[in-house]
Amino acid sequence: MPVDTSAKGKSYAPFAYEVGKEKIREYAQAVGEDNPVYFDREAALAAGFRDVPAPPMFAVVYSAGAMGPAIVDPEVGINLMMMVHGGQEFVWGEPVCSGDTITTVAECKDIYEKDGKGFYVFESVSTNQNGDEVVRATWTNIVRGV
Amino acid sequence: MNVGDAIPELRVTPDRFLPHRYAGASGDFNPIHIDKEFATQVGLPGNILHGLYGMALVARATTAAGGGDPRSLRRLSVQFRGMGLPEQEIVVTGSVVEAGEQGFTIDTVAEQSGNQIIKNAQAVVAPASR
Repeated sequence: MPVDTSAKGKSYAPFAYEVGKEKIREYAQAVGEDNPVYFDREAALAAGFRDVPAPPMFAVVYSAGAMGPAIVDPEVGINLMMMVHGGQEFVWGEPVCSGDTITTVAECKDIYEKDGKGFYVFESVSTNQNGDEVVRATWTNIVRGV
Repeated sequence: MNVGDAIPELRVTPDRFLPHRYAGASGDFNPIHIDKEFATQVGLPGNILHGLYGMALVARATTAAGGGDPRSLRRLSVQFRGMGLPEQEIVVTGSVVEAGEQGFTIDTVAEQSGNQIIKNAQAVVAPASR
């Protein structure tokens, strides 16, 4: 059965995430970061940040609320039991710091079939409270046996 | 950094409970990562590491190569391949393949017990001192 590509181009409601210092600590510890700027406000300010910065890959935390509904959207039609995360790209802009509100908008960018697998490509764009882009992400999910 | 240079390798052995801590930190509680029984029922060798945790290790290794400032990592793209497991060492290696206007391009892989868990990883790093 060919994959249904009708959801291509569909975009989703913005999701706003308030970044907290202790959430940054929890994330940084989980991935083994040891740079003091992620844990200590004084070190962050001394390094020229507005407040404690988030590690670059913290993008997954503030993007999740926008990406979740897109991936489970019945109109996209991903068979979640057969889905694997195939690829990921982040392009970073302005640093994200504790106290920021990051708003992320997700879009279903492409759906196609290759070698019997369905490819579902989403793009998300995250901006801070000043309208500066902080990250642009491409999420590729692959569904086996379509 | 010069084209052809290897970046310092990063070796990490995630402990048994790492997937649980990463689940809490990231919000991804998919049972294939935290429930060994469920994971084996769906044909996996055990509860597997989150792919994005592996990508975070690649981000650490490439950021460190650029001097450690989180602002230096401008772009990172990866492909997830084999499954990573807790309690086995992950080795991230890479080398500088290009030096351009945007910064240094570093190609990396993450391996565990000889299997690539992340391949075709490419980072663009622009050290603050440039």
